[in-house]
Amino acid sequence: MKSSTKRKLKSFFTAPVIVSMIILLIVIILAVFANTIAKYDPNEIDITSMLKGPSVEHIIGTDKSGRDMFARLLFGARTTLLSAFAVIIISVMIGVPTGLISGYFGGLADKILMRISDVILSFPCLLLAFVFVSAFGRGLINAILALGIVYVPMLAKLTRSLVLVEKNKVYVEAAKSIGFSDLNIMFVQILPNCIATLVVQLTLDIGYAILDLAAMSFLGLGVQPPTADWGAMLEEGRIVITTAPLVAIAPGIMIIVTVVALNIFGDGVRSYLDPTQRKVPSLRKFRKMVGAENE
Amino acid sequence: MNNLLSLQNLKVNLMSPRGIVHAVRDINLDIAPGEIHGLVGESGCGKSMTAKSIIRLHDEKKMLYSGKIIYDENRDVLEMNKKELIKVRGKEISMIFQDPMTGLNPLLKIGKQLDEILLQHTDMTKQKAKETSLQLLESVGIFPAEQRYQQYPFELSGGMSQRVSIAMAIACNPKLLIADEPTTALDVTVQDQILNLLKELQAKNNMSILIITHNFGVIAEICDRVSVMYAGIIVESGTVQEIFDHSKHPYTMDLIRSIPKSGERGGKLVTIPGSPPDLREKIVGCPYAPRCPYVDEICKTSAPASKKESDTHIYACHKDIKR
Repeated sequence: MKSSTKRKLKSFFTAPVIVSMIILLIVIILAVFANTIAKYDPNEIDITSMLKGPSVEHIIGTDKSGRDMFARLLFGARTTLLSAFAVIIISVMIGVPTGLISGYFGGLADKILMRISDVILSFPCLLLAFVFVSAFGRGLINAILALGIVYVPMLAKLTRSLVLVEKNKVYVEAAKSIGFSDLNIMFVQILPNCIATLVVQLTLDIGYAILDLAAMSFLGLGVQPPTADWGAMLEEGRIVITTAPLVAIAPGIMIIVTVVALNIFGDGVRSYLDPTQRKVPSLRKFRKMVGAENE
Repeated sequence: MNNLLSLQNLKVNLMSPRGIVHAVRDINLDIAPGEIHGLVGESGCGKSMTAKSIIRLHDEKKMLYSGKIIYDENRDVLEMNKKELIKVRGKEISMIFQDPMTGLNPLLKIGKQLDEILLQHTDMTKQKAKETSLQLLESVGIFPAEQRYQQYPFELSGGMSQRVSIAMAIACNPKLLIADEPTTALDVTVQDQILNLLKELQAKNNMSILIITHNFGVIAEICDRVSVMYAGIIVESGTVQEIFDHSKHPYTMDLIRSIPKSGERGGKLVTIPGSPPDLREKIVGCPYAPRCPYVDEICKTSAPASKKESDTHIYACHKDIKR
């Protein structure tokens, strides 16, 4: 049994997954040890060195208030990643059970839940988040809650459509015939069959969450200055993009790299979760194995 | 009479976009403890509908039952609430399906699927459930059980998967096993193995089996009694001997005549002309009248009542046809 677990884990670590994991690990380490790695306080204003280019003192320069960009990127990683994950976790906690219930039971529950979703979906998602924040007060926590709730309907609809396909399959009928409770059928039988698609969607959603949070910070509804955040930094850099492009480019690159790494990682998780795609060696290896057998 | 299960005047109607389908029209069926009962008929005559009704597997928003399904002498399945129903399913009555490849959850390991059933219906610990699952796998002829326990359904062949479905169905020692065309999706050699396995398990656990099939070979091989269904009603019912050798209903005769016989070469396959009636329409007279070679005026106007040939042999035909 132990060896089979090992073998399966090995099939998870394909080259792209390893690369994406290394990138994510670096980002996480930078965020966690921001205190010791950065030489400067991310919020320390130094009017004498505004918008400086890269130098020995400031590795990737300074922003318009003379704050060290490198330090701000590291501390920004903390806020950005944590808040994006929080948004996703909130939307999963509400969206997935909603989709399961409405897809599995159908009928009145389905109609009510889906009409509520339609109402939320009919507003542009950022606009609704703005309304939420202006009603409950600005600040990072409220921005996270608002985006989390705004993301729920999309996730619920996706889950529902996956459940609708799965619930008519014979194995669900078989599970019913053997006396499983509805709860068991929903979470043990159907949900694992939907997870592969959901995971991919979630890794994409993390990217959106980072960008939406950035937009909210830009309008002063999310992260409050002077807290460092990639999205907020991106917006700050936009103003000075002609004079000091690095101020916008640096957080931009960080966002892109992180989101791409997350997507690749998510794809790896998806194929790992699908047992029919697992355990099979690559085509090149397979050819070699067949060749070795023939010799 | 102490029957394990008795369907009394069961009618099943379902809503379809094009009208009400009277899938099962007033059938009576008794299953005694420890018997293997065959339900035979051509496609679309309501066999599977009847079987699924027994554990109410239909989507009840589109389905209307009437009549009684008496289980264990005094409990009516149609009167049960959801909780009672879940306790009956799997534990007292369980079911195996036609296509074993789609009947198992593709993402759960064989062992996990078996364990879940035991954990749901009994107070077993996880360790005990695993041991029982391994024994179950061995009892349905899956070796090495320890290794198969860790595998996913797609790694098994059709016959193997059907064995696993059977193991799942008998996990809680049900008193009645409903087998909905258990061998139709399998090739002939495997069919034989599965039928033998069912027979063996039936004798060992003393359960009853309701086997649904359109294959008279299956009936001849394992059944004690047979009911022949046509257009939602049971037209003839009796022991295997009575049905095969002394069938009284023309439909049964035609079905038996159309079994290809080994040894005869070159001859044309015997078929029954026409097709079964549309189940959405009301049937006047005998449902088999349009296809019956012995049809008479009375067959077209009044529905035949069931007649008793012997204690076990019942048929529904106006005429007394000698073969």
